[in-house]
Amino acid sequence: MSDVTPREYHQARWNEPVVMELGAPGRRGITFAAPEAEVAAVGPAAELLPPAMRRKALPLLPEMTEHDTLRHYVRLSQQVLGMVGISLFGTCTMKYNPRLSEALGLRPQMAEIHPLQDPATLQGLLEIVWNFEQILKALSGMDRFTFQAAGGADAAYTHVCVTRGWLEATGQLGQRDEIVTSIQAHPCNPATAAAGGFKVISLPLEEGGYPSIEALKAAIGPRTAALMINNPDDMGIYNPHMKEWVRLVKEAGGLAFYDHANFNGVMGKIRARDLGFDACMFMLHKTFGGPKGGGGPATGAYGCTEELARFLPKPMVNKTASGFALDIPEKSVGKVREFMGNLHIVMRAYAWARGMGADGINEASDISVLANNYMEKELLAVRGVSKSHPDIGGPRMEMTRYSLGTLKEETGIGVGEVANRMTDYGVDAPWLAHEPWHFPEPFTPEAGELWSKEDIDTWVAVVRKVCEEAYANPDLVKSAPHNAAIGKVQGEGCEDPARWATTWRAYLRKHRAASQQQAAE
Amino acid sequence: MRREAGGQKLGVVVNPIAGLGGRVGLKGTDGPETLARARALGAVPTAGPRCALALQSLAPLADRIEILVPPGPMGEESAAAAGLRPRILAGLPPPAGDGTDTRRAVARFLEEKVDLLLFAGGDGTARDVVGVVGTEIPILGVPTGVKMHSAVFGTSPRAAGQTAAHLLAGEPVIRLREAEVMDLDEEALRQGRVSASLYGIARVPHARGLVQASKAGARPDDEAALDALARVIVRDWPADRLMILGCGTTTRRIRRAMGFEGTLLGVDVALGGRLIAADANEAQLLRLLDRAGEGGAGIVASVTGGQGFLFGRGNQQISAEVIRRVGRDNIMVVTGAAKLATLDPAVLHVDTGSAEVDAMLAGYMKIYTAPGQRMVMRVGAATG
Repeated sequence: MSDVTPREYHQARWNEPVVMELGAPGRRGITFAAPEAEVAAVGPAAELLPPAMRRKALPLLPEMTEHDTLRHYVRLSQQVLGMVGISLFGTCTMKYNPRLSEALGLRPQMAEIHPLQDPATLQGLLEIVWNFEQILKALSGMDRFTFQAAGGADAAYTHVCVTRGWLEATGQLGQRDEIVTSIQAHPCNPATAAAGGFKVISLPLEEGGYPSIEALKAAIGPRTAALMINNPDDMGIYNPHMKEWVRLVKEAGGLAFYDHANFNGVMGKIRARDLGFDACMFMLHKTFGGPKGGGGPATGAYGCTEELARFLPKPMVNKTASGFALDIPEKSVGKVREFMGNLHIVMRAYAWARGMGADGINEASDISVLANNYMEKELLAVRGVSKSHPDIGGPRMEMTRYSLGTLKEETGIGVGEVANRMTDYGVDAPWLAHEPWHFPEPFTPEAGELWSKEDIDTWVAVVRKVCEEAYANPDLVKSAPHNAAIGKVQGEGCEDPARWATTWRAYLRKHRAASQQQAAE
Repeated sequence: MRREAGGQKLGVVVNPIAGLGGRVGLKGTDGPETLARARALGAVPTAGPRCALALQSLAPLADRIEILVPPGPMGEESAAAAGLRPRILAGLPPPAGDGTDTRRAVARFLEEKVDLLLFAGGDGTARDVVGVVGTEIPILGVPTGVKMHSAVFGTSPRAAGQTAAHLLAGEPVIRLREAEVMDLDEEALRQGRVSASLYGIARVPHARGLVQASKAGARPDDEAALDALARVIVRDWPADRLMILGCGTTTRRIRRAMGFEGTLLGVDVALGGRLIAADANEAQLLRLLDRAGEGGAGIVASVTGGQGFLFGRGNQQISAEVIRRVGRDNIMVVTGAAKLATLDPAVLHVDTGSAEVDAMLAGYMKIYTAPGQRMVMRVGAATG
């Protein structure tokens, strides 16, 4: 066991109002000179808009000076962990986003171009897209990739759209109306299948930690449109029978889609096409080093065989004799997102892949599995921690699902409270588990190739410390966080339509009225 | 609305003999002779200590809540062992050593309007409790019995104590749900036959998983999905097809979607959206099947109780012969996804009394969990 001691940490606490509550009437960040006579002669800018589109009242924006505004956002930024702490947020494959890529992204060739420009003036960007497509083709064995989807779930949805297009073109739409997935697949698989009008059949986990072939056989048949599955799953368990699964699904007449959300543990080792899959998806904001979460928009790269490529969203980037052109696939399903997608993420992923090289990607996969198994040994030595499917032998892949069921049973402290307390030591709370929870009080850290041994040791030391606190002083953990910008949040408002508010206007309507009424009484 | 802790009343009752039979292989402790045999075989009471373990979780709330217990081994001793100072119910008659003791204490809790009734026992005790309180007072079982098919028990004494503490502290993670109380006939069990009935529906607190970060939106709960599914099933069911409805709260949603209440604890038959036979027994079901028209018949059933039983526990009216005549392909099983996810192992059990019908049902079955959603589950014959 390492002898790392968790760091002392205290977050700034500003009791900062919402920006809408700041400022004063008439205050401005910048005041502008009166327009020159030639400009004024054109008339007010508002008159350039059709009358029906003009605002009747000015927007209720906060009126603030530039330095008031800067101060506000600096304070807010002090009240977060900054996205550069130790974040082993499992199923998300947290990676550092190199500053070089960020700097490249800010260059005018990337930041100031517009998707409606003539493709002739976008050749550099299209070349990046084309080149990166070749890299993903090599990693997956697929024939074409689209980057239009703005995330993993959007890429899964792309597959559902392509499946519909394929069914229609082959005269099977209506007959094949079921999509098979597993209860442990990411919820976007059943969700996008349902959104695309398909019935969903889910397979349960069985003895090996994955569904049995017999369960799959019971689920597939003449109504099967597709299988949507990830492997390894979020528990770090790799289903070794996947080739047979794909064979059975295709024999039944369906398509097989590989949700490569958990690609990190197998990248460079297996190729979706070699296992028989018709299509797959990668997340560039996870596996390929793009920013994610609060860091920026995402990209789901969807790849498929030549047979399915004619259904891909439009436009596709094609190489011509003189450069690169945008073409519409013969039976394109249309759009799953505006324009060509978040291509600045594709640029960052391309930079990452070129920086790593084929050997580097292969090695990163090895390191991520090694790091996880190192962490597993350390975590299982912590009192109160156990692992999902403890009876299944052999090492897990790039992550492991743990349970704090024992801790909960013995101390009353559950995983939500432990996660809150962990932030008191300046590390990001772990991902718990997608629903439904098969194991009590689950959490799912993922080390990945990025994090040093010291980082992993520090993270585990925090878990150990908090679990020790749970046994010694459960109230301390129960009432956490204590060192964070805000205390324990009562989450039930997020489930109450009468109280939740995602806009300032909704907040005023639902809360201001109530508080004024209370004050009057 | 979130309530502050304080002023809440908890009733605690222990069935001191619960679980005695199990330790010495008697499959239960119903009846004075069995109890005597269990004692003769050296059975040591465990219900009291297990209840004390549950009550330890309430210690932090002790100053703010009122705890009511019957005297002696029926509650007082467990509370004292947990370091609590409860109010002792006065004026109860001396214990008779059977279920009437539990029922008398529970009747007092009903008068006292307790906010939660924590009982330590098994299915027999649950049956006594729910027989008195129905759904008027939430109940929660500290598992100490031999038989626990009812879905009213915490997974362990500590877990039950923690859930009780959360409820009494007014914590929002607690929701109340309806759960089935079932009991096996112990005498039949000792003769190698299993016979269970559904005795009632209780309101039971359970702690939901804590609200997670926005990466995964919270699933709508089973209730909303099952209500929507019930409407779809009723809409799509052919008018000339008999619908044999199993018992329990899940199939009640289908009854209600057709506009009648039917029999919660029994089997009903509907045709064309109308109730044509309420609380039907096997003979009535077979007669109705004889007369079924071209539309044939289908069974709509749910997983009953807390142990994943599909047929053979609580719904024996849908007998082996009824199932054989309806046929496996005409059985529609409806159960919430969350309930299925908690089954460990993920297997549904059948025990129809006919090896042939059990074998016919065995294998994988697609269970309906929401409109357009099914879960493949393994069905196996119950062992023991």
